[in-house]
Amino acid sequence: MNVCVRAVAGIGAFSLASAALAQVEDIPPGWGVAMEEHHFGTLLVDRFEYAWSDDNEEALIWDFQGWYGGDRQRLYLKGEGENTQGDGEKAEFESLDLLYSHLIADFWELQGGVGYQGGLGSNDHPERFFAVIGLMGTLPYGIEVDTSFRVSEDGDVSAALEGEYDLHVTQRLILQPRAEIELAGSDVEAFGVGEGLNSTRLGLRLRYEITPKVAPYIGGYWEKQYGQTADFTRDEFGEVEGSGAVVGIRMWF
Amino acid sequence: MASAPVLSRRQLLQAASLLGLSTAALGVRPAWAAPAGLANIYPQGLEDGPRVSLAVRRETRQIAGKEAYPITLNGSSPGPLIRLREGQDASLKITNLLDETTSVHWHGIILPSNMDGVPGLSYAGVAPGEVFTARFPVNQNGTYWYHSHSGLQEQLGHAGPMIIEPAEPEPFDYDREHVLLLTDWTFEDPRDVFRHLKVAEGYYNRQERTLVDFFDDVAKHGLAETWKQRAMWQQMRMSSRDIADVTGSTYTYLVNGHTAQDNWTALFRPGEKVRLRVINGSAMSYFDVRIPGIRMTVVAADGQPVQPVSVDEFRIAVAETYDVIIEPEADQAYTIFAETMDRSGYVRATLAPRLGMAAPVPERRRIADRGMEAMAAHGGGMDHAMMESGQAASDKDHSSHAGMAGMDHKAMSATDHAAMAGMDRTPAHDMDHSTMHGKDHSAMHGVDHSSMPGMNHASPVEETPPAQHGNTLLAAGAAQPGARYDQPGIGIDPGERRVLVYSDLKAYAPWPDRRPPGRELELHLTGNMARYMWSFDGKKFSEVDGPIHFEHGERLRLIFVNTTMMEHPIHLHGMWMELENGAGELIPRKHTLNVKPGERVSALVTADAPGHWAFHCHLLYHMDAGMFRVVKVA
Repeated sequence: MNVCVRAVAGIGAFSLASAALAQVEDIPPGWGVAMEEHHFGTLLVDRFEYAWSDDNEEALIWDFQGWYGGDRQRLYLKGEGENTQGDGEKAEFESLDLLYSHLIADFWELQGGVGYQGGLGSNDHPERFFAVIGLMGTLPYGIEVDTSFRVSEDGDVSAALEGEYDLHVTQRLILQPRAEIELAGSDVEAFGVGEGLNSTRLGLRLRYEITPKVAPYIGGYWEKQYGQTADFTRDEFGEVEGSGAVVGIRMWF
Repeated sequence: MASAPVLSRRQLLQAASLLGLSTAALGVRPAWAAPAGLANIYPQGLEDGPRVSLAVRRETRQIAGKEAYPITLNGSSPGPLIRLREGQDASLKITNLLDETTSVHWHGIILPSNMDGVPGLSYAGVAPGEVFTARFPVNQNGTYWYHSHSGLQEQLGHAGPMIIEPAEPEPFDYDREHVLLLTDWTFEDPRDVFRHLKVAEGYYNRQERTLVDFFDDVAKHGLAETWKQRAMWQQMRMSSRDIADVTGSTYTYLVNGHTAQDNWTALFRPGEKVRLRVINGSAMSYFDVRIPGIRMTVVAADGQPVQPVSVDEFRIAVAETYDVIIEPEADQAYTIFAETMDRSGYVRATLAPRLGMAAPVPERRRIADRGMEAMAAHGGGMDHAMMESGQAASDKDHSSHAGMAGMDHKAMSATDHAAMAGMDRTPAHDMDHSTMHGKDHSAMHGVDHSSMPGMNHASPVEETPPAQHGNTLLAAGAAQPGARYDQPGIGIDPGERRVLVYSDLKAYAPWPDRRPPGRELELHLTGNMARYMWSFDGKKFSEVDGPIHFEHGERLRLIFVNTTMMEHPIHLHGMWMELENGAGELIPRKHTLNVKPGERVSALVTADAPGHWAFHCHLLYHMDAGMFRVVKVA
């Protein structure tokens, strides 16, 4: 039974066995370890929302992250994307990253791995892959940040910075301001990306935690594009500044 | 019965008169199956030693009117009372009818290490379908308990009380006794509880500070002051309401397996002396215990007799036991009220002359906010506790509060250290944040300023070098600078009632080994709250190189420095820890020591028990998260 559990635990089982040996060398190996090391995992769907923009566009938007691992080393899968309604196109992942994560300080994880952008098999959106390195953690004052630097397969460099903060209005009602900034090192017209500051996006969501795991919310956002990125959007007759309202649900498992 | 000197003639008579009542009304085993009058001291069954059999099962039971699936011992959860006598050779047989390995640790009992019941150290544990018999000579007496040391089984009710009758008369007498075993039950799978703690910081905390609290504080203390306070906590990315990791939001608190609504009743006759044997068998919950209208005399701590202390309330850390004697005079019901430290829940029992009675249940206090001592602890600013060895309350300044960014360092003189210490006793509703800066001492109810010589508001701030250990050991028994033995801890206002503190504990008689310590071993209690990593000296059990070595026969001093912002009940198996609380030759000894945030606590240990011993924080999920070490005595 025990053996079977350990076999399933995989990497965990290996570190367990070595910990046992290191701990007390003169104890019969069959006695097991006094205190076992555990691995955990979770999936957080931070945003799963329907958005109405002021230029009458509607979209389904998602933003999730899941991880599995121990206290110091974890494997992350993060995804962010949207499906604009009524444009005849399928959904697009703005990013889908598989990252190895290492705890480097009390509140900070250094993450690195591969990223993807595209339509996941549909031909409606161009695709590209990245090498990704990022720093995720909590700033003083409790601001949660997630930064990533990307180099695409064509050598294009970009960066994204996200921050959010939870303010307890009551025990269950939580106001969450958030901000996103995107930057790029060069023009990549196929993806509508211009050199320099691409865009900023500010959001404010008010969620009600029915349980800590399930929290519907309402909110709004304001976004603006800059420089060449904005020009690319104008070329396609898109709006470079706008706001919208969202209704969604935050969940974790 | 002639061989039972503990039962007075009066006790026997009174017990006899209660036989019918206790049998019929409490629904325990028939009174004739147990020594006269003992049947009703504990409702979960009685197993009389020296030969006891415990069958461990997983069974469906009703808890708080809902279907639960606890671990039972001989059919009850928590398990039956095991009663032994000092001088016996105990033979305790465990039959494992679970589908996983189990174990039973006899908490606080001094015995050979292979009988201590810790899988991986004493033995391999008891495999499913297997039997293990723990055999050991019983060389002590008092109130103890037993529990599983396998995985998270303790959370499932795998625990029970153990009483050892003394060979010689005890230094106090009583007419009747009752056991009060406090536990915390959850209908969640304990593995889910652990996962919630790991993946979602503060998951069980439903008493976080809110905007409402902020505006309340602004109204009371002004915007600038409130902002400053909140900014300090926010900057540290911590919650000042982080008092219990697992709370009443999932726990149902039980006394002898019964909820507050069950109104478990302990009987007495007006004028009798009643001994209450209070055991905190919780996985995670500290309790504050009081009986409104009755003064309690503490006569034993962790099973060991102490000089009587009269109190109104005592805080019982996880795994501690306290024996108190009460003398209820009136023919009325009294409420035994046990409130959790974070005020998220409570359990009560009733003390009554007849069944079917109840007394008013007090209102719970409001959760307190943690004060400066917790912040300082977290920030690594422990230097104030490591000031030069010498007198406990010196007039030295200690200013290296590295973690307290945003603090007014100029105000952090020795005086303010005292103010900080006083913070943890101020309940939230009348908390005066200005005390954090040592400006308003009047808000610190009950702080004994006279015990802090050399207080000087104008003390200049200067660096103090850490203690030089080795040739400058403190005298044996002296309290460490940085200890707060005279404070009951967070959320208790000593001005409100007399509350037991560690400095009250004095052994009834000196313990045999009077040697001064030959060396000191300092261990830091460490953690990463956000990740729910708990450890000693920054290393989880899985990360350490090997055991902590005690030389067989040596006398040493253990120093615990709590650098976290939570309390930790530290338990050493196999040997007593003599708490250096300044009691001189009447140094009290304990198996579990509560170490408050930022506190520096020391204990003397006689390493007379060869073998491998578990040494850990007795908060179940802290232990499982890595706050565990092995002590090897050789």
